[in-house]
Amino acid sequence: MSDDTKPTGADPTPTDADRTQDPSHETQNELERSEAHDLEIVEVREGSFGVHGTGDTTGFGGLRRPVIMPGAATPPFGGWYDDVAQRLAGGDGLTDAIEKVVIDRGEITFFIRRERLAATARHLRDDPQLRFEFCASVSGVHFPHETGRELHVVYELTSMTHNRHIRLEVVAPDADPHIPSVVPTYPTADWHEREVWDMFGVIFDGHPALTRILMPDDWPGHPQRKDYPLGGIPVEFKGGTIAPPDDRRSYS
Amino acid sequence: MTIHDDPYAGTTETPEGPVFNVTGQDWDSIDVEGIEGDHLVVNMGPQHPSTHGVLRLILEIDGEQILGARAGIGYLHTGIEKNMEYRTWTQGVTFCTRMDYVAPFSNEAVYVAAVEKLLGITDDVPERAQIIRVMMLELNRVSSHLVAIATGGMELGALTVMTCGFRDREIILKLFETITGLRMNHAYFRPGGVALDLPEGALDELRDGVALLRKRLPEYAALCNANPIFMGRLKGVGHLDLAGCLALGVTGPPLRATGYDWDLRKKRPYFGYETYDFEVVTRDEPDAYGRFRIRLDEMAESLKIVEQCIERLAATEGQPVMVADRKIAWPSQLSVGADGQGNSPEHIRHIMGESMEALIHHFKLVTEGFRVPAGQVYTEIESPKGVIGCHAVSDGGTRPFRAHFRDPSFVNLQSVSAMCEGGMLSDVIVAVASVDPVMGGVDR
Repeated sequence: MSDDTKPTGADPTPTDADRTQDPSHETQNELERSEAHDLEIVEVREGSFGVHGTGDTTGFGGLRRPVIMPGAATPPFGGWYDDVAQRLAGGDGLTDAIEKVVIDRGEITFFIRRERLAATARHLRDDPQLRFEFCASVSGVHFPHETGRELHVVYELTSMTHNRHIRLEVVAPDADPHIPSVVPTYPTADWHEREVWDMFGVIFDGHPALTRILMPDDWPGHPQRKDYPLGGIPVEFKGGTIAPPDDRRSYS
Repeated sequence: MTIHDDPYAGTTETPEGPVFNVTGQDWDSIDVEGIEGDHLVVNMGPQHPSTHGVLRLILEIDGEQILGARAGIGYLHTGIEKNMEYRTWTQGVTFCTRMDYVAPFSNEAVYVAAVEKLLGITDDVPERAQIIRVMMLELNRVSSHLVAIATGGMELGALTVMTCGFRDREIILKLFETITGLRMNHAYFRPGGVALDLPEGALDELRDGVALLRKRLPEYAALCNANPIFMGRLKGVGHLDLAGCLALGVTGPPLRATGYDWDLRKKRPYFGYETYDFEVVTRDEPDAYGRFRIRLDEMAESLKIVEQCIERLAATEGQPVMVADRKIAWPSQLSVGADGQGNSPEHIRHIMGESMEALIHHFKLVTEGFRVPAGQVYTEIESPKGVIGCHAVSDGGTRPFRAHFRDPSFVNLQSVSAMCEGGMLSDVIVAVASVDPVMGGVDR
């Protein structure tokens, strides 16, 4: 999808005008369906099939589609969400740890400032009223259009004691892809973090042995980033080539 | 060949002393003078029959004792997650079913659950589709456990267990073939329901199959449970207690063998599991033997669920198996032809001969796919090997912006080091088998 992504001008921040002027069908749908209190336009795509300029014979050149992610929620969040949010912010030196809270589709996401991540994870695991003792998954997402916030790392934490599930999200810019490791708190994150390093190039500071895990050790690049193409890798057979399948047109 | 003819062999000087690299030549040809002890680093795999596929274990051994064990993975990495970003949401099922190929329905189920949650249609999926899903998941749990027991037995030299396991798995694969048309890589679950309803006569085949399995499953208990060799190899091997399991993220039979009844089917029910009558099996033996017994007992519980599903399917005959929303539901319902795969003749007649609009609708939905509102979700279900999770991110388009799978084999495999170190070389094989990793799922 990286090839569809077009710079959206100098100011990617959403304005009210963007929201009101966009009558597109999808936007209406999203506004109806998402439970989020507020919506955030993170990108605007133009045209169709990723074709731009004179090559566009589709007749859809004037199409504008904003990419709208669920935005920040404001307290009270309802149910146990408030307990967890307050208890989390009440930890030692964690008053400013939460950047924002997003509630969408029955799931709560805490955006954590990256310098507070390690302490937050430790507090979430050890506080008896939080007790998120199980780190289910660590996953990376690359948003190339979010300038200064390109790399997101998502932690799925489960409290088996209280039967709750939350998500932590930490962002880092492409220029400085460092995020503190949570391996000291959750040893299970070892391989997960290695995978995120391998696939997205996020450097986890404090990881015991941050090496590639799925790709060969000498592999150049980080394959699941959006600027890394699918296919087109030289193969070790005489005359063999793999055409990049992402040349196919896509509905932007 | 001597050590000097081989470009990969030779001696390397390191701060810890000389390291001799050997690649398979005769032991006597290696110049090992001045070495104290038998401190060896051995690659077990990635092509080793006892490592469940292409797992590479890097073992540091002193004689027969394991000093250190590390798992090297990635030899079966196929870029499934990356590929899914270039296909529609519906086509994603075809990719993710190939991850853990021994339990394909779990992969499909967790993915379609994620897509349905993103679409907000979780509660709109018809009851009959949910019953079919539960039935397939439980049959798959039995077939996956049978593979775990069969291959685990084979690695101990218990070939009878292996032949019995694969014989009985065949019963289930035949049922899968009857219902989905394929023995594995089904792509049968779709966002909004399942690809097609049960074919004629499937319920009778299911009843016969379950009855046959009911008769045969006790054979494993009779053959293994009190078998002195079996117990001698498994008891006390691969020990991992509850604290170790939680720290390392281990779920599934290894976690339940510590006595903790964490099973998402009960704790966080999905697909209507709360309406079925079954027990979560636990044991207080956190070793390979406990895990074997858990799998054995879980198979009986799964058959109990399958029997309840068959009753419910008989009662819901003719009900829809796909959501009513035509903007999401796959436009055609395929039928099984004489050759085991088939088209949908009625649908083709409709779109080609009767309705231009239906043709446009079909074309748009099949080529472009449906749009999914932007946002992210994480769903998890209980696969035969543990908790499988799917983190799906949408940007509002017709393809996943990101799909990540938390595969239970990937996470559980991390615990092999903790299980093996300090033990004997032969116990490594038992410990790996007790985790039951499938490399297709580990490497994705």
